Amino acid sequence: MSVDFAVDRQAWRHLADAQVNVELDTGDMILNLGPQHPATHGTLRLVVRLDGERVISADPVIGYMHRGYEKLTEFRTYPQITTLINRIDWLSSFANEVPFLHGAEMLMDIEAPPRAQYIRTILTELSRIATFMLFLGEMGLQVGALTPPFYGFRDREHVLNLIEAATGGRFHPNFNRIGGLKDDLPWGWINECRNGMKVVLDACNTLEELVAENEIFEARTRSIGIIPPEVGAGYGVSGSNLRASGVDWDLRRDGKPYLVYPELDFKVWTHPDGDSYARYWVRLQETREAARMVIQMLDRIPSGPIMAKVPRIIKVPEGEVFVETENPLGQMAYYVISKGATGPFRVKIRSASFSNVSILPWLLRGVYVPDVITILGSLYFILGDIDR
Amino acid sequence: MQSAVDIGWGTILAIKTVVVLAIIPLGAIILGYTFLLKMMAHMQSRLGPMDPGGFHGWFQLFGDGIKFMQKEDVMPAQSDRRIFAVAPAVVVISTFLVFLVIPAGPDLVVSNLDVGVFYALAVSSLAVVGVLMAGWASANKFALLGALRAGAQLIAYELPLLLAVVGVVVMAGTMSLQGIVEAQQNGSIFGWDGIGNPFIFGQIIGFMLFLVAAQAELTQTPFDMPVAESELVAGYMVEYTGFRFLFFFIGEFGTAFAFAGLAATLFLGGWAIPHVTDPGWSNVLGPIVLLTKVMLVAFLMFWVRFTYPRLREDQLQAVAWKFLIPIGLANILITGALKVAF
Repeated sequence: MSVDFAVDRQAWRHLADAQVNVELDTGDMILNLGPQHPATHGTLRLVVRLDGERVISADPVIGYMHRGYEKLTEFRTYPQITTLINRIDWLSSFANEVPFLHGAEMLMDIEAPPRAQYIRTILTELSRIATFMLFLGEMGLQVGALTPPFYGFRDREHVLNLIEAATGGRFHPNFNRIGGLKDDLPWGWINECRNGMKVVLDACNTLEELVAENEIFEARTRSIGIIPPEVGAGYGVSGSNLRASGVDWDLRRDGKPYLVYPELDFKVWTHPDGDSYARYWVRLQETREAARMVIQMLDRIPSGPIMAKVPRIIKVPEGEVFVETENPLGQMAYYVISKGATGPFRVKIRSASFSNVSILPWLLRGVYVPDVITILGSLYFILGDIDR
Repeated sequence: MQSAVDIGWGTILAIKTVVVLAIIPLGAIILGYTFLLKMMAHMQSRLGPMDPGGFHGWFQLFGDGIKFMQKEDVMPAQSDRRIFAVAPAVVVISTFLVFLVIPAGPDLVVSNLDVGVFYALAVSSLAVVGVLMAGWASANKFALLGALRAGAQLIAYELPLLLAVVGVVVMAGTMSLQGIVEAQQNGSIFGWDGIGNPFIFGQIIGFMLFLVAAQAELTQTPFDMPVAESELVAGYMVEYTGFRFLFFFIGEFGTAFAFAGLAATLFLGGWAIPHVTDPGWSNVLGPIVLLTKVMLVAFLMFWVRFTYPRLREDQLQAVAWKFLIPIGLANILITGALKVAF
C-alpha cells in the first residue's frame, strides 16, 4: 500500500504569510521562576508562560527536595520515625510528630496521660505560632517591605526559645515518645510561657499595624488570587487557606477528637473573601487565637505522670489506622499499616502543602508577575511539606 | 566673583570636575553607610556592621568597594558584551551630570546654568538609557523585565517631577539653581525675614510631589519594581558582579544624593544661611549647611524606603497619572494665581 503525499507547490506562499503574521504578533515568554528564586521558599520551580507581564499559564515543578520519607519509614522502628517526620514541615516539626504517634498509640491501645496531652497541645500550638509569625513577617517581604520580616523573626525567637527550653531543640525537638513525652516541663517554664504569649500578642498588633493595615499592602493583596470555596475544596486546599475562603472547617474542632482540643474554648476564624489579604488576616487571627489557647492551657494544665506504661521494645499490633490533624499549614494525615513488627509496613503521608500548591495552575492564570509572588507567599507552603 | 588666586578657567574647571567625581562615590558611601547599613539596621532591631574600621563599622562600604574591585569580571555567555560593559558607566554619567549644576556655595558650583533646573531634570533621566542597555544586554529574562519596568516607570515619573519643580520656578522667577537659592535667602515670609523664605513653606505640595517622584526615579520602595528582589531577584542588574555592580551601587546612591541635593536646593534654601551675605563665609559654611539638609531629605526618602511595601506596575502608573500629575497641575495653577495676586 502506498501513501500519496500531496505536495503543496505553493507552500512558500503560506510560509511567507505566516512570517508576516509572526512579525506582527508578540510572542509569549517562558519565565523559569526557581528552583532557586527568593520567593519560592526553597526549591519550588514554576514554569510561567508570560504575555508581557500577564501570566498565561503556570506549571509548578516539584520534587527537587524529595527525600523518600514514606519509603524510609518502612525500614525504621516507630521511635526512629519521629526523627524523619520532624523534617516534613520543618517550621512546625512538633505538630508533625503528633498525628503519627497518636496513630501508633491508637493501634497499641495506649493513651498518653493528661499532663502529656496538655504539654503536647501547648507545644503544637507554639509551633503553630512560630510558623505563622514567620509568615506574618515574610509576607511583608513578598510585597517588598524590608522591615516586617525582621520583626517577625525577632518575636518568633521568644517562641523558639520556649520550645527549646522545654524540649532541647529549636527546630526538630523529637520530644514525643509513644505513650507520652521524653521529659516534663522545666521549672518556671509556665510563667515564661505566659510572658512569651504576651510578646506574641504584642507582635501581632505590631504586624497588623505595619503590614495588614498598610494601604499599599491592601492594594497589592485585596482581590488578588481569589480561591472560591468550592474550587479550593475541590483541589484539596486545607487549613487557613480554605478558612480564608469562608469554609468554616477546622479539624481541631470538627475532626476526630485528638489531644485536648475538645476541652478548649476557641474560635475558628474565617474570612469571606478568599483573596491573599484574607489568607493573611486569617493567619493573623489564628496566631492570636493560638496564643490565647496556650494561655488557657497553662491555666488548666494538670499534674501527674508524663508517660504511660509502655513496653520496652515497641511492637505495634497488626492493624490499620488513619489519623488527621490540623497542622499550621493545613490538614496533615497519616495512614499507617502495621503487620505487628517494630516498624510500620506502610505509611502514607498526606501533607497539606502538596494539595495547597496543586491549585497554583488554576489560581495563577491571568495574574501579573508581581501577583504570582504575593499569591505564592499567601498560600504559604513549605517545600519539605510538598516533596516529603 | 574674582578668585583670590588668579588661575586659568581651565584649571578651575578641572579642579571642579575632579571634586564632583570624588563627591559621587563619597555621597554614595555616606548615604549607603548612614541609611542602608545603620539606619535600616536599627529600624529592624539589628546593629548593622560594627567591626570594620573600629567605630560602628564605618569602613564597611570602603571594604565592600575594595572587595568588588578584586572580583572576577563575569559576563554572561549570551550577553551583548560591549553594551553590557558600557551600561553601568552610562548610569553613573547621568548622576555626574546632575551634580554639575548643584551649588554648594556662591562660587562652589561647576556651572551656574541659566536653565539649571531644566538641565538637572533632563540629564537625570539619561540613567534610563543605561538601565535599558543593562537589561537588554544581560540576555536574562528577569533583567529584561526589570529594564522594561524601569523604562516605563522612569518616563512616567519625569512629568510629576517636572510639575513639582515648576511651582518653585514660578516663585523664584528663575530656573538657575543659584538664583533659586538667592531668592530663598533674600525672601521673606509675610514680611518676616528671619530665615529667608524657604520654598518648602509655600510649596509644601510641590515638595511632597518632588519626594514621591524622586523616590520613583531612584527606583526605591514603594516604587522599586525594576529591582524587586522578591520577584525579579535584582531586575536589570541581576547579571552584574564585581566592579560593574559597584558602578550600579554608586549610581543608585549617588543619584539619591543628587536628588536629595536638588530637593534641598529647591525647597530648603540650599547652601544659604540667613543673614550671612559674605561670600567667603558662605563658601566655607555652605557645603556643611547643604550636606545637613541633604541628609534630612535623604532621611525622609530612606525612611519610606525601608518601611513601605511595593506597589504593582499598573498601580504605579495609576498613582502617577491619576494623582500626582493632576495635583501637580493644580499646584502650578494656584502658585501662578497667587504670584499674580501678590
